[in-house]
Amino acid sequence: MLSLDGLVAVCLVYVVGLFAIAFLAEKKAADGKARWLNSPFVYTLSLSIYTTAWTFYGAVGSAARSGLEFMTIYLGPTLVFIGWFWLLRKLVRIGRAQRITSIADMISSRYGKSGTLAALVTVLAVVGTTPYLALQLQSVTLSFSVFADPGEFAALGTDMTALWVAGGLALFTIIFGTRSLDVNERHPGLVSAIALEAIVKLAAVLAVGVFVVWGVAEGPTDILARIEASPISEWRSNGARWVGLTMLSAAAILCLPRMFQVLVVENANERHLATAAWAFPLYLLLMSLFVVPIAVVGLQVMPAGANPDLYVLTLPLAFDREALALLVFLGGFSSATSMVIIAALALSTMLSNHIIVPIWLRVTQGEDPMSGDMRRVALMARRLSIIGVLMLGLMYYRLSGGGEALASIGLIAFLGVSQVLPALLGGIFWRGATRAGAVVGIASGFAIWAWVLLLPNTAGAGLLAGVLESGPFGIGWLRPATPLGLVGADPLLTAMVLSLGVNCFLFVLVSLVSFPSPLERLQAAQFVNVYDHSAPTLGWHGGAAAADDLLTMAQRILGTARAGQLFQQAAAAQGRGGGLPDPNPDFLKMLERELAGSVGAATAHAMVYQITGGATVSVHDLLAVADETAQIMEYSSQLERQSSELTRTAARLREANAKLTELAEQKDTFLSQISHELRTPMTSIRAFSELLMHDEGLDSATRDRFSGIIHAESLRLTRLLDDLLDLSVLEHGRVTLTESEAWLEDVLDQAEAACGVMESGGRIRIIRDRAAEKIPLLTDPDRLAQVFINLISNAQKYCDAPDPELTIRVIRTSGRVDVEVIDNGSGIPDRQQRLIFEKFTRLETTRDARGAGLGLAISREVMQRLGGKLSYLPGHSGAAFRVRLPERSLRAA
Amino acid sequence: MSRRLFLERRTYRRNRLQDGARLAPVLGALLVFGPVFILTSDTGVGGATGRWLVYFLLVWLGLVVLSAGLSYALGRAFHGDESGPGVDGETG
Repeated sequence: MLSLDGLVAVCLVYVVGLFAIAFLAEKKAADGKARWLNSPFVYTLSLSIYTTAWTFYGAVGSAARSGLEFMTIYLGPTLVFIGWFWLLRKLVRIGRAQRITSIADMISSRYGKSGTLAALVTVLAVVGTTPYLALQLQSVTLSFSVFADPGEFAALGTDMTALWVAGGLALFTIIFGTRSLDVNERHPGLVSAIALEAIVKLAAVLAVGVFVVWGVAEGPTDILARIEASPISEWRSNGARWVGLTMLSAAAILCLPRMFQVLVVENANERHLATAAWAFPLYLLLMSLFVVPIAVVGLQVMPAGANPDLYVLTLPLAFDREALALLVFLGGFSSATSMVIIAALALSTMLSNHIIVPIWLRVTQGEDPMSGDMRRVALMARRLSIIGVLMLGLMYYRLSGGGEALASIGLIAFLGVSQVLPALLGGIFWRGATRAGAVVGIASGFAIWAWVLLLPNTAGAGLLAGVLESGPFGIGWLRPATPLGLVGADPLLTAMVLSLGVNCFLFVLVSLVSFPSPLERLQAAQFVNVYDHSAPTLGWHGGAAAADDLLTMAQRILGTARAGQLFQQAAAAQGRGGGLPDPNPDFLKMLERELAGSVGAATAHAMVYQITGGATVSVHDLLAVADETAQIMEYSSQLERQSSELTRTAARLREANAKLTELAEQKDTFLSQISHELRTPMTSIRAFSELLMHDEGLDSATRDRFSGIIHAESLRLTRLLDDLLDLSVLEHGRVTLTESEAWLEDVLDQAEAACGVMESGGRIRIIRDRAAEKIPLLTDPDRLAQVFINLISNAQKYCDAPDPELTIRVIRTSGRVDVEVIDNGSGIPDRQQRLIFEKFTRLETTRDARGAGLGLAISREVMQRLGGKLSYLPGHSGAAFRVRLPERSLRAA
Repeated sequence: MSRRLFLERRTYRRNRLQDGARLAPVLGALLVFGPVFILTSDTGVGGATGRWLVYFLLVWLGLVVLSAGLSYALGRAFHGDESGPGVDGETG
């Protein structure tokens, strides 16, 4: 008999071989050369983790005990795979389109990225899988014990075996399962190792089968005869159990976290499903082909007390076929390890993504989840989860003591994880399914399952012996073993009908009455109508093709030169002289960052993964893109506002500049004029005073005339200077008004008289309505008169009518008085109307420009000081001004 | 005209193929579940396990062959069509 050391050595060699295969596959995949990895058969073989050590050994035991019932475990998945076109294809498409990483992620994504739901499914998966892991450890330990001498084995200890196996598996999973946070969570190394293990499993079972049928028995006919003669032939199907178990296993293959991992997450190409649709049922068929013959022969050959679960192993040993037994041992070892590896991987992904990382984020508060630091946290969380999950399995195994209780745990676990099924199927076929419905359904089904089935069958249930015996608080119908008082019913089927029934009912009911959030409704449409929104995956991109597409896109966004430079640098960094870089995660990250500078991070992410991942843009991505776009639009509208403000300011400045230029021109003209004005009287004063000084022979009449001229000219100068001073005082607000009572008529009389006196002749005829002028005022009458004097004298100076007339009209409206002064000349040209009130302005076409151009400016300032207003009245044939007297200047009558 | 007729015929065949693919599991369920009701009926007797084993294995093999045929036919029907099976507006 093979020694234990030899066995351990074989195991080690086998495991090293697996490591080597996994390393090789990783390396080839990284180089983009692993074409065989892209084969649909590798995908099919990786699905074989469905057949665990439980079925590898247990199927024969089951056949020995209950006939053909073991087939249901394989027939369920067979039906699911034959219906791949209807269900699996949709699952895989959604998985790829939404970049799903686990079944919890799938459920949570469908129901509006619900964290609660994801955590719930994760807990469910962990609870459902832990006993299953323990079962695998038990199988390996058991198979060791068959080989080893009892004494030798006892020395090593079963616990130690389990510990070593668990530790090795944890190491393997960590090495190949958590190398990176791959964008699509695929693990080529793991998958190839699993595929190899699948071949070993199948080869082992087939070899034993062939040995039994043609080695022990004499061919198929003999086997059939032996079946007829064996106790198995007494088997009569329990219809309900047959249908129930088939449907349960069909549900499980969709819901088991490890199956979801290989079926959906690790799927590299949707078309692989078409092959798996017949190849996987074929694999299952081959696996179960020889189960009954082995069981029958085992029952006949082996001693009565032998464990039928181990016939596969003990039969070859009984016939001294050690090599065959070794192969079987490795097959069982493979079944156990591949299941444990993938289950640990799937569970750790879920635990890390949906429980550890959210808690970490909540605890650390506000750290950027996209930073590299977060990636390290996620990886570490995943590694710790793997260790944690395996520790749980190990603990469960030790607590349960590896007893018979474990054997029934397989189907119990199936039912546990199947609680996800209503929410899963409802989610992808029914848009009306809501998050509340899913939570309530899963939670209630989970609770019923745990109470009725898990609790009575688990280790540590002894603590609750009282509850198990008589129900909680003595309530009999809640007693786990006989729920609702159902005595003598098949516990598994009872639990199945109760838990899934309540689950479905509540899921539908709550979905019908609750209202989903907008994100949830969008996701529902994305999931249910996935074929409208996504293209099928194009498989593993040839590196060059993806890089080509990326280059085209980058060129469009960054410009040809920049994109070319970027890709060349990346290619050089990867050690590829010419040509395009390999689109590995580092390069994609770099490219994404580069693009993000131009189009925003979310948009860049969506664009890059549209090309490389074959995934569609999820609603989350769309929301992020919309956010980004809104920000950009906001920014550009700000810019627009600023630029239009600038335009307006510039227009105002141009206007002001034009006015200034005109004023400056006017000023220049005025300066030459005023210097002329000043020089004229000065010249005559100087000339006449020189004559008076030097010419002694002047008669007194001439002398008087000369001094009269000097006097008149100095008066003119004084007046000019007075005007300038007056304006300066008015403009600086330092004028003092002496208010007194006066009649408007008197003020106008005073003005008229002043003009008549000042300008000899009274050339202009003034038309007044004295009756209307009987208005009492409280104002500075002298200043007001000054305004009218200016207006009348202007009319005298500038009215160019042959028969000049000046009309003074008084219009009294409520609370104010307008005095309009209108002549019958040709008026003031439009262009100059704006300027007449400015200082130093004089009309260009005056016959006789003797003023300094300050009159109207002074008048306007005066009116402002008096609280009134002087304005030009356009629309009259002649020059027309309006003097508005303020209300307060009207004396109460 | 003849070309359009050809295309329509092809599309029609393709749609029927999809129907077949969807109905295959129903056939499978009938073949797998049907016998157990006979086996559990009052008149059902034991002692025929070997024959039922052969029956189930044959059904199983038949389903594998059927599935392979459908997969092959669907692959051919969509051959060269980048969008793959099931793009013509069906919602599953």
